[in-house]
Amino acid sequence: MKPVLLSCVFAASVLAAPPILIQNATILTVTKGTLNGSILIRDGKIAEVAEKITAPPDARIVDATGQFVMPGIIDCHSHIAADSINEGSVSVSAMVGIEDVLNPDDIAIYRALAGGVTTANILHGSANAIGGKCTVVKLRWGKDAHEMIFEGAMPGIKFALGENPKRAGNPSGQRVGAANVNLRYPATRMGVEDVIREAFTEAKAYQQSWKDYNDKLARGEQAIPPRRDLKLEPLAEVLEGKRFVHAHCYRADEILMLLRVADEFGFKIRTLQHVLEGYKVAKEIAEHGAGASTFSDWWSYKLEAFDAIPYNAAVMMRKGVLVSLNSDSDELIRHLNDEAAKTMKYGGLSETEALSLITINPAKQLAIDNRVGSIEVGKDADLAIFDKHPLSNFAKVEKVYIDGELYFGRNSDLAERPAHETEKKKLLDKEKEQQRRTPAGAARRPAA
Amino acid sequence: MKRLPVWLLLGSALAFGDGAGPVAIRNARVVPVSGPMIDRGTVVLRNGLIEAVGADAAIPPDAWIIEGAGLTVYPGLIDALSTFGIPEAAPPANGAGRGGAAPQATPPAPATPAATAPANPPARGPEDRPMTTSWVRAADLVRPSDRRLNSVRAAGFTTAVTFPLRGIFAGQGAIVNLGGETAGQMIVADNAGQYVTFATSGAFGGGFPNSLMGVVAYVRQVYLDAEHYQLAKQFYAAHSRGTPRPDYDRALEGVLDSPRVLLPARRRIDVDRLLRLADELRLKAVLYGLPEGYRSADLLKKADAAALVNLRWPERNREADPDEPDPLQVLRVRDQAPSTPAMLVRNGVKFALYSGGIDRRADLLRALKRAFDAGLTPDEALRAMTLSPAEIYGVADRLGSIEKGKIANLVVTKGDLFQDQTEVKYVFIDGIKFEPVEEPAPAGATPEAGPPVPSSPQGGRE
Repeated sequence: MKPVLLSCVFAASVLAAPPILIQNATILTVTKGTLNGSILIRDGKIAEVAEKITAPPDARIVDATGQFVMPGIIDCHSHIAADSINEGSVSVSAMVGIEDVLNPDDIAIYRALAGGVTTANILHGSANAIGGKCTVVKLRWGKDAHEMIFEGAMPGIKFALGENPKRAGNPSGQRVGAANVNLRYPATRMGVEDVIREAFTEAKAYQQSWKDYNDKLARGEQAIPPRRDLKLEPLAEVLEGKRFVHAHCYRADEILMLLRVADEFGFKIRTLQHVLEGYKVAKEIAEHGAGASTFSDWWSYKLEAFDAIPYNAAVMMRKGVLVSLNSDSDELIRHLNDEAAKTMKYGGLSETEALSLITINPAKQLAIDNRVGSIEVGKDADLAIFDKHPLSNFAKVEKVYIDGELYFGRNSDLAERPAHETEKKKLLDKEKEQQRRTPAGAARRPAA
Repeated sequence: MKRLPVWLLLGSALAFGDGAGPVAIRNARVVPVSGPMIDRGTVVLRNGLIEAVGADAAIPPDAWIIEGAGLTVYPGLIDALSTFGIPEAAPPANGAGRGGAAPQATPPAPATPAATAPANPPARGPEDRPMTTSWVRAADLVRPSDRRLNSVRAAGFTTAVTFPLRGIFAGQGAIVNLGGETAGQMIVADNAGQYVTFATSGAFGGGFPNSLMGVVAYVRQVYLDAEHYQLAKQFYAAHSRGTPRPDYDRALEGVLDSPRVLLPARRRIDVDRLLRLADELRLKAVLYGLPEGYRSADLLKKADAAALVNLRWPERNREADPDEPDPLQVLRVRDQAPSTPAMLVRNGVKFALYSGGIDRRADLLRALKRAFDAGLTPDEALRAMTLSPAEIYGVADRLGSIEKGKIANLVVTKGDLFQDQTEVKYVFIDGIKFEPVEEPAPAGATPEAGPPVPSSPQGGRE
């Protein structure tokens, strides 16, 4: 038995990339304190973290003298890497899913990597009370869509409360009542609650129809199965605890409403997203067991965001809520470390607490903390190396690793830029020449 | 109104005694595509079929003989994804009609219900079957009066796989010979497959689906519904007494009637996700578009999927701001798209080329030239426009090569088919000879008919 096992290990190590040894770094593990030392990466995992590690003979050495290594940043609320975000035509769009439209060529992925982000929860938009299915991805730039999906991560679904699902502020951009404007129910917060209740009532009936069918089969009766309903299947999964609910919300009253509806129907809200008035109902959120993923200091951009305060994250954390900070933006995602730092000024969080908001806490919210979110032996080698302490807003990302593979290197990026410029100029010139040679009479319609 | 068809009849068929008698083309170079070239050979046509082909094929005594010395005989080209033959898909006549041709009185063909029905209320979900006319059959829309037929025959096309193009489930294609006196004569097969686009209802307010992921979810639900519908109908047939009957659903009937489905793949990611969707739903899928086919060949090969490549290569929008150059990723695709056919050949992917609405020979040659410059050989292009599309659509037993028993669709040229200077002498369709007259380029360079180009996915976010 043992020789077989050993030879397997040997075979794997021969095929796999050589180990990487990051030396002389300040290592912010987030869960196990801070130390000056080395990290050994082997087969995509963190193999060793210590002050001194003897370099294996085949190891690639990365000298990080004066630099800081932190766990790859995790964004619990992002809309990058997808070809569409909102199916806003209906109030329950649970039949749609981000996984169907993941776009690995979205340049925002690379830019997020350059900000030290390695994992993101890609959510459906907030156009409807019950939105589409969400997908957790690793930002494996250059891989195909399915290779980006975080293996084994719990699937999610987006809910939304308040102004967006009730279409306040006329989000269609058209005059309400104008031709072709779909006057969609609901138009009030009461209606949003009703839509959620009705959807779960339907989902329970759907579950029952499958149960009846299976009972019939068990009794030896002939029957045809119920029609598969892609809208109700994910809701049934929520009821069975097989899918996380990530609920966009702002006001304290609607947060309480949702927690009560969930309790009544017997499911859990995994995270409250934005949750700008969370500080008012932190105790109730903690009691339900919901996580909270909020902004650092973004408010007053709409009526329901007027009561937001920058102390929100800290207050909720002190009241026992599992808190993370998210970007919800392909610009903000590039400097989530800055966002975390703000909680030290507003709320007095420690360095480690601040870092936990963008690492281990979102990992726990997404139930992937066994794999990512801190620098610990056995976890995935998802690491961001900064030239200064990442909570300094002068810090720049030097290198980003996912599964031990280098996905962003500041130096190589800078080195490649002239070649890209040259290639671009060459292609533009070639195209101009082609257009010049095409006879004017030849009607060639531009690509639709 | 009656005058014109009679004139056409005289011009085309009368010279050959209404096409009933056999025709022999002798001493010609014959390129059968299915086998090696014959330097000096004979092709005999009778009753619309190829009766014999070979270096020493016997010439029947009653045959009308064409001296083929200096000529080359090819199988007729097949436009693998087209609207040729459906008159209302043609661009509207402007002024005196295209190329100065006399305006024809085209009898109004029955339009698709989607085109004529009053605006429906916005769909509230898949159950409303939005943008679906899966039951519409191109075979029912084909008319010999399509004004484009002269021009496309002059380009060497004898057959088109013609589809209704509007909607998500747009309808069923037909394999159509591009000449004939009646619509019925033109149809080779009425069941080429279901044409699917990723059309959306537009921005918010247009009803379901208004996003790409909504369309994907809709397509998935329709196929699940179709499977269930079939099951329910079978169950009902076996237990009619005592079972409530399932509702008739023409959308699902149309989907179930289609032997394959054409899915739009503009980018590598489209290829990736659609092959996965096809696999999940056990669909026989053919992908079309493929400007990024050059970087998707591995995926197509792995899935053993067929592809239809649009010869209308992507171009920069000429109205775009000249001071706003496109990103490198976009420039690369535009530069490398014409290398797609060569790359598919190299990777052993089954594919056919389609016109994308190009209906003039000069434009077709210009498009092919870019593929040749990127490594495709003329023989490979010929195969991708003859036997390969016939194989993809399951009609290689009757179309796509010069073989005994196949339909007598031929192109006879003076010179190599894809050479600029080459003259297309004759086109035979169902054994009937057409002497093509190339139409001059339309004055004022009017835009061509809407080509089947996969629509860009919506990227709206809120």
